Amino acid sequence: MTTTTAMPTSQRRAAELNVITRKQRSLWGDALHRLRRNKAAMFGVVMIAIAAVLAIFAPMIAPYDPIQQHTADSLADPFFSNSQYSNPAYPLGSDQLGRDILSRLIWSSRVSMVVGFVPTALIFIVGITVGMLSGFHGGRVDNLLMRFTDIIYAFPDLLFLIIIMANLRNTPAGDLMGGLVLMFVAIAIVNWVGLARLVRGQVLSLKEKEFIEAARAVGVKPGRIMAKHLFPNALAPVIVSMAFAIPSAILAEATLSFIGIGIKPPTPTWGVMINEGFVVFSATPWPVILPALCISIVMLSFTFVGDGLRDALDPRMKI
Amino acid sequence: MLKYTIRRLLLLIPTMFFVALITFSLAHAAPGSPFDRNPNRPLPQETIDRLNRLYGVDKPMYEQFALFLGNAVRFDFGSSLVKNRAVSDIIGDGFPVTAQLGIQALLLALALSLPLGIISALRQNSYVDYGSLFFATIGYTIPSFVIAIFLIYIFAVNLRMLPVVGWGDLRHMILPTVVLALAPAAVLMRLTRASMLEAIRQDYVRTARSKGLREQVVVVGHVLKNAMIPVATVIGPATAGLITGSFIIETIFSVPGIGRLFVTSINQRDYPIIMGTTLLYAFLIVLANLTVDLVYGMLDPRIKVGK
Amino acid sequence: MALLEVNDLHTQFFTRDGTVKAVDGVTFEIAAGETLGLVGESGCGKSVTALSLMRLIPMPPGKIVKGSVVFDGQDVTKMDDDDVRQIRGNNIAMIFQDPMTSLNPVLTISRQISEALELHLKMDRGESRKRTIELLELVGIPSAAKRLDDYPHQFSGGMRQRVMIAMALSCNPKLILADEPTTALDVTIQAQILDLLKNLAREFRTAFILITHDLGVVAGMTQRIHVMYGGKIVEKADTGELFANPKMPYTWGLLRSIPRLDERRKGKLLPIEGLPPDLIAPPPGCRFEPRCQYRHEICREKPPELLPIPNAKPDHEARCWGTQAGGWLVDIDWRRDIGDTKQLEEIKQEVATLPPEAIRAATADVPPPPAAQR
Repeated sequence: MTTTTAMPTSQRRAAELNVITRKQRSLWGDALHRLRRNKAAMFGVVMIAIAAVLAIFAPMIAPYDPIQQHTADSLADPFFSNSQYSNPAYPLGSDQLGRDILSRLIWSSRVSMVVGFVPTALIFIVGITVGMLSGFHGGRVDNLLMRFTDIIYAFPDLLFLIIIMANLRNTPAGDLMGGLVLMFVAIAIVNWVGLARLVRGQVLSLKEKEFIEAARAVGVKPGRIMAKHLFPNALAPVIVSMAFAIPSAILAEATLSFIGIGIKPPTPTWGVMINEGFVVFSATPWPVILPALCISIVMLSFTFVGDGLRDALDPRMKI
Repeated sequence: MLKYTIRRLLLLIPTMFFVALITFSLAHAAPGSPFDRNPNRPLPQETIDRLNRLYGVDKPMYEQFALFLGNAVRFDFGSSLVKNRAVSDIIGDGFPVTAQLGIQALLLALALSLPLGIISALRQNSYVDYGSLFFATIGYTIPSFVIAIFLIYIFAVNLRMLPVVGWGDLRHMILPTVVLALAPAAVLMRLTRASMLEAIRQDYVRTARSKGLREQVVVVGHVLKNAMIPVATVIGPATAGLITGSFIIETIFSVPGIGRLFVTSINQRDYPIIMGTTLLYAFLIVLANLTVDLVYGMLDPRIKVGK
Repeated sequence: MALLEVNDLHTQFFTRDGTVKAVDGVTFEIAAGETLGLVGESGCGKSVTALSLMRLIPMPPGKIVKGSVVFDGQDVTKMDDDDVRQIRGNNIAMIFQDPMTSLNPVLTISRQISEALELHLKMDRGESRKRTIELLELVGIPSAAKRLDDYPHQFSGGMRQRVMIAMALSCNPKLILADEPTTALDVTIQAQILDLLKNLAREFRTAFILITHDLGVVAGMTQRIHVMYGGKIVEKADTGELFANPKMPYTWGLLRSIPRLDERRKGKLLPIEGLPPDLIAPPPGCRFEPRCQYRHEICREKPPELLPIPNAKPDHEARCWGTQAGGWLVDIDWRRDIGDTKQLEEIKQEVATLPPEAIRAATADVPPPPAAQR
């Protein structure tokens, strides 16, 4: 007989046992791995982290008070613009009321981050609850809820937002937290239907699967079925939907502020800054360009992350 | 099919009712009177009261609403509190403008997105693909008003090629149409690409190839029809996007359409206009969605012929 | 000359995790009018082989890296695309596994069948419609004329597969590749479809390559069978010979794992333990070695060749050190489940030392070996 060739024992063992030695991963672990490989998504995550840091530590990072006016120094240009109007005291320039743009940009990120996440959380809670109840119970409850969502669907979302904001911002409710609470609620009200329908659709298709039938047959209570069986399986498209809801909310706030019915002054937001900058646009474009750049980067980041999550959680789910 | 259509059309009525109800409640939830707009020159209270009585704004809410409904079914939306003309006239003036803007933008969006989406899918990872995806991402993430401002800066302020505001001839229409078309084009392009990629992976494509058909024939004859089905269904929400986009665009470019009308009427608390335009928009959206569903039914034989 | 000669075919897929050697040196041939069975478990490379014959392997990840496929005297692997397209659907046709996904849902079946007719046989609309009706009747679809403009979803599974068969037959190909044609169907429908294929093969003298994992399917349908494992052919024999006298442990494993009506044993079904080999980094020796209960050292070190074997018909080949000339499995009776051959030697020695009564007592309930002798 021949002598055995020198093969590492582990390799031979693997060949013998015929076990595929590549690491086994769970569903979520696999998704995470795929997400990490996605460069655009990772870029997005980094950018969002930076924005979050800026938002949280704004009071310590921003050089000036964002609402303090230094009228003598108004309309300074940023340091990189090489214009005669740049003022070293204001690295990114100042607006027409002499407020430091850099500080305002930093403080604006607070609003944007919060406006991105809070309504999304509200949408998540309401949307999932309604969607699951509707899909699971079916029948009249489902019908009723779906007719209700039809009505809300009939409103163009921006129109609905405008109506709510414009009409309620001068009420006491509109004054809570400088108009933020109203903004959160408005965005949540207008956008929860999409998620509810999505979840309902998921539940409807999952309901037919055998494992739900099995759970029912064993006597599991509906609440538990919804929580432990339906919810985790419906989660993937929900996560993707949430990832896209955040930039949508940020955009909504910016748009409303741009029209003039958003957050109340003097709180700075990027949308407000663009609104104010539009007035002096022909004199200097920077008060518009800089906040616009900020919005774009943040929205781009969230979009990349959303795309990445979608690809990671289900590469075939090309919405 | 027919029964389904009729049923959907009938559902319009309760939907419109609730839309009106919600809008009405919200519009009247704002404090203050529509006639008391200027904080620097407040009108004396009696004048306000008289104006209120004259326009029926002092009546209790439910009465106002009932009155409104009664008139609305006859397409009489009252007259504007600001402009002293019938609401239907004012809307009638603005609607063709907005419709034209919207249709132009939709056609432009389709003309850009469909070919680019298809080519991107067929030539994945090529320059065309990356380029289109890049522009689609830009169109999708950067807010339309930001793009509008930039384009205005480049073309109107710097190059002085196009006017900033106004409407009427081709030069006035270019910027608003282009800006309005960008976001829908971006979404449609990504969807078309994804849909094509999905369709081309299907088993029936392999079957078609196994019959010896040329790749071109396979794509056009087999893949396209399947790929376009999801795209067609998105046109409904895309229309909604065009409608909401028109508010901003018309405001920025001073286009005399109902979008701008709506925004200004909100600020002026001109209730009749608010109600009229809102109902019109809601109707358009429901109609758009219904049309899309019908078109989808016609495209997909699994729905059309059924089992 | 054979209709199709495949010589040392290597088809590989280049993926991020490595190169998958899906078809690793496959050589076989088929004569006109013959039905050949290609049998193996999932992932053994049989479907990829079939797709390679028509160059239907998706080109980005896949590639035919070596070998030749000579059909009717011409090497398919060296042709340019236009010529290959000439052959597809025309001289070689394929029937796919899942008729629901393999038919285009938005086109009528008439359209899908006429396509090939109009392309290869240059028929016009009228002629192709007539011919389509004939084909549908031929495959047993009732009211063919009325159902011409129906869509695939309006047919049942069995009917859809008949449509696929009609599609494959449309241009009178010389060779039809049937990839798991009945796997997606009910058992009763399976029988009907197989009968249909057999009759068509006989009537039109079409050669068939029947690809399946189901030995029961090939038993009544084929003249010869090739067993594939791990991207290689591991046994070649006439059908009867294969079932009566298989000469490769994998084949024995397959045959043993089929439940039989005449089973006298009280024992369990015997699956083949383990998993198919990793085609990116296959074992250096025989690919079946890790799962083989008859293995020796040499099996782990050197891959066996596909060679004729002793104690069998002349054109019966197997890829196994044990059953080839000089191997330790040459005289084995595989039907007796005896486990490790080394163990058998030891048992034999032990038994030789026992008194006869002890042997009788120990083997009281073991059935006698089957009477058939080589």
